[in-house]
Amino acid sequence: MVGFWRKRPKRALQPLHLTVEEGEIFGFLGPNGAGKTTTLKMLMGLVFPTAGSARILGKEWTDPEVKAQIGFLPEQPYFYDYLSAHELLDYYGQLSGVPSKNRKQRIEDVLQRVGLTDIKGVQLRKFSKGMLQRAGIAQAILHDPKLVFFDEPMSGLDPLGRREVRDLMEQLKRDGKTVFFSTHILSDAEALCDRVAIIHKGELRGVGAVEELTATVQGKVEVVWQGTQVPASMKALGAECHVSGETMRAILPESQQDAAIDALRRERLRLIAITPLRTSLESYFVEKLQHSQTTAGTTS
Amino acid sequence: MNARIVQIAFNTFREAVRDRVLYNLIAFALLLSGAAIFVGQISIEIERLVVINLGLTAVSLFGVVIAIFIGIGLVSKEIEKRTLYTVLSRPVRRWEFIVGKFLGLAGTLVVNTFFMAIGVFGALLYVAHKFSGPDSLIFVALYFIVLQFLIICSLALLFSSFSSPLLSAVFAFSLFVIGSFADDLRGFATLTSGITRWIATGAAYLVPNFSALNIVSAVAHEQPIGAQLVLQNTLYALFYTAMALSGAVLIFERRNLK
Repeated sequence: MVGFWRKRPKRALQPLHLTVEEGEIFGFLGPNGAGKTTTLKMLMGLVFPTAGSARILGKEWTDPEVKAQIGFLPEQPYFYDYLSAHELLDYYGQLSGVPSKNRKQRIEDVLQRVGLTDIKGVQLRKFSKGMLQRAGIAQAILHDPKLVFFDEPMSGLDPLGRREVRDLMEQLKRDGKTVFFSTHILSDAEALCDRVAIIHKGELRGVGAVEELTATVQGKVEVVWQGTQVPASMKALGAECHVSGETMRAILPESQQDAAIDALRRERLRLIAITPLRTSLESYFVEKLQHSQTTAGTTS
Repeated sequence: MNARIVQIAFNTFREAVRDRVLYNLIAFALLLSGAAIFVGQISIEIERLVVINLGLTAVSLFGVVIAIFIGIGLVSKEIEKRTLYTVLSRPVRRWEFIVGKFLGLAGTLVVNTFFMAIGVFGALLYVAHKFSGPDSLIFVALYFIVLQFLIICSLALLFSSFSSPLLSAVFAFSLFVIGSFADDLRGFATLTSGITRWIATGAAYLVPNFSALNIVSAVAHEQPIGAQLVLQNTLYALFYTAMALSGAVLIFERRNLK
């Protein structure tokens, strides 16, 4: 919104109540413009909320002591062009109060961890987007923070780079750190997160453990067996069947599960798996977004 | 001084030193000193006067240009490039960032002035073949020039804490020009009456008094400079700088970094 004298204020976030448990990987999901980055900027003290409060590691989020124990990777990070990766980390290390006796070793360890050791002396202006992302992750974990905030950490990375970041986040969790990261790439969130929150148009749409959100829906099961034919008795159960190479899969109501097993046994077909049909995180996400749009349409 | 401020200042200094624009400006200053030598050679008996006048004016102008053009980008560039996010998400207070940036730029200007001063003294030695007693006053003139730089750096930071780089440059440069005529402005105020007098007097005392800090002509003419003026100018420059920096901090503390 553009005013004559100053920009008209725009409400970026609705009241947002969220708790992140210690030691978990928490995914903050939402489409572009949902308010993810604004939330993170507020927590980092870069923008000020009109109302509300937050506590990080048991202290007020504005407490300078808190900042010594958190790491932050902004979205599409950009650093001082004229510094090398080593100089950058040395600068940030000093700002974070990393003692000089440990700093050099700590920098070497972190550079090794993000795969920048070979180019630690190269100025950052010569870095590719992916390399800058690695430097960004390095600066976020340099001072061994208890809690790290990553804003779109997979953005701009190739599949290998994304895998490495995922591994790094899992390692952080194993080290007892808490990881809070925002993303709109749902497969990453599904693979990594203990819990997720979904935000849309500045409003929280859902929060919970990934298993809970993707729990069994519609009371259906997926039956997989070896073969390329569908027994007539299976068809009679009303199953949706799909062939995939040498295996067949059928989706049918949970109540028909025993009948399906009997049908396969009668036809002497080898049963491979029976699993409850879970909704994907993507389906849940889309459903939440569609629901919010419908609600908005009804109320307007 | 706390370590974070020192680090921010050092990083600012390092950025300026690695920035080739700074080297170009030093080269230009040396070039101007060369021109001073040329003018000195074609003048009769006034080589020293011309070299000091031209040399110190060049030191002042090049320093002002550097102070304004680097000063206005110190905050805005860090916001634009988002480098500020990773600094302020650490245990760095916003006022520490502003003070560190100021000290870094001030340090850059002192080093820059030092090298340009070598050029001026070199040119003086070239035309006069020896230094004389009154030449030591050049140090006082250089000191006053550095005081000017402190004020301009703080003003550039103040403007850049709420305005765009272009507007900040316009504001800072305008204040430098107006401040260079501060004495005339004060004289003008005494000639007016009523509300005009109030406004003119207020404006005259609000703008930085750069004319009091400009003793280039007096030094060139070997006029004595009193210790009282040195003390007065020092206190004035420090007070003005502190006020402008406090303004920058007050604005920056409340600014949302979008």
